[in-house]
Amino acid sequence: MVKYCELFSTFFKVGTFTLGGGYAMIPLMRREVVERRGWIADWEFLDAVSLAQAMPGVFAVNMATLVGHRLRGVGGCVVAILGNVLMPIAIILLIATVFRHYKDIPAVEHIFMGLRPAVVALIAAPVFTLARSAGITWRTCWIPLLAAALIWLLGVSPILVVLAAIAAGWIYSKTLNPGPRTPNDDEK
Amino acid sequence: MIFLQLFLTFLLIGIFTFGGGYSMVALIQDEVVQHRGWMTLQEFTDVLAISQMTPGPIGINTATYAGYTAVANAGYPVWAAVGGSLLASLAVVILPVAAMLAVCRYLQRHIHNPRIQLILKVLRMAVVGLIAAAALQLLTAESFGPTGWNLRFVASTAIFAAVFLASWRYKISPILLILLSGAAGWLIYM
Repeated sequence: MVKYCELFSTFFKVGTFTLGGGYAMIPLMRREVVERRGWIADWEFLDAVSLAQAMPGVFAVNMATLVGHRLRGVGGCVVAILGNVLMPIAIILLIATVFRHYKDIPAVEHIFMGLRPAVVALIAAPVFTLARSAGITWRTCWIPLLAAALIWLLGVSPILVVLAAIAAGWIYSKTLNPGPRTPNDDEK
Repeated sequence: MIFLQLFLTFLLIGIFTFGGGYSMVALIQDEVVQHRGWMTLQEFTDVLAISQMTPGPIGINTATYAGYTAVANAGYPVWAAVGGSLLASLAVVILPVAAMLAVCRYLQRHIHNPRIQLILKVLRMAVVGLIAAAALQLLTAESFGPTGWNLRFVASTAIFAAVFLASWRYKISPILLILLSGAAGWLIYM
């Protein structure tokens, strides 16, 4: 049985050395959990990746939840999550407490004047990468355009847009792809 | 009571985030800046810059830092702001984790069901729009300087274009790009 401390140290390592967001973590986590430790098989890991992407929340935490739970149940899931987020949270807190006192120094302000347009560009770039991986075509491009317009121009909450998308997808799946045997179809 | 509001807000953000860190950033931005007014858009941009530079999931980093800034801006001392940041990070993960544990067995069997795949596909397309809206909202005079032929605006636009191209076309690491633009800002405005 996998020890809690091993589980913690593995996810601590993955959380600490992942730069650039959750998806950047996949190769490092795979190397640790599948190749080095041999805790789960490769296909199990790939299944976990598609599950963690389908579920809401932070992708990295979802992965830690699935792997931790698979190895040591609910306790393992808590230990894996804590290991994964402890260092990132500690670093953010350290910077947050210090930064407030230095942000009015001219040099710091100048650095941030250079950073801000870069941050906006880094949010804009994944829009086009994600548009491709989401399979958006000329026929379906109205979906993201409508979502963006509702939020940007009309001030609709993104939460409502997500809810509407789930509802629309659900209705669409009912009308066009009636599943072979579901209880609802029997009632009709 | 800011702590209760903070907890409930990040609870909602956590459960409605689909499709990765940037969609969570879009949700946090809308709730924390537009809806609650806990910080200005410029403060949020700075929070984002630091969350992208430091290790860890960007969703957790942004939630932690936004929780801290919201409480600190409300005039509470540092220890309360630290509490706020921990509360926000806890709130953002607790419902998704509970949902994972509750339905992962069911979903594991049905993840390849064409109906579920279709719902996820529509959701993914909408999330692209969500992130686009967040980027559009960040295009402000506070971040770029007043529009026109002045050093600030021209430099900001050049940095934006260069980073966008480097990230989108050449997949250069965001940390490197942030460090380079920080250095550029320091040199340009010295």
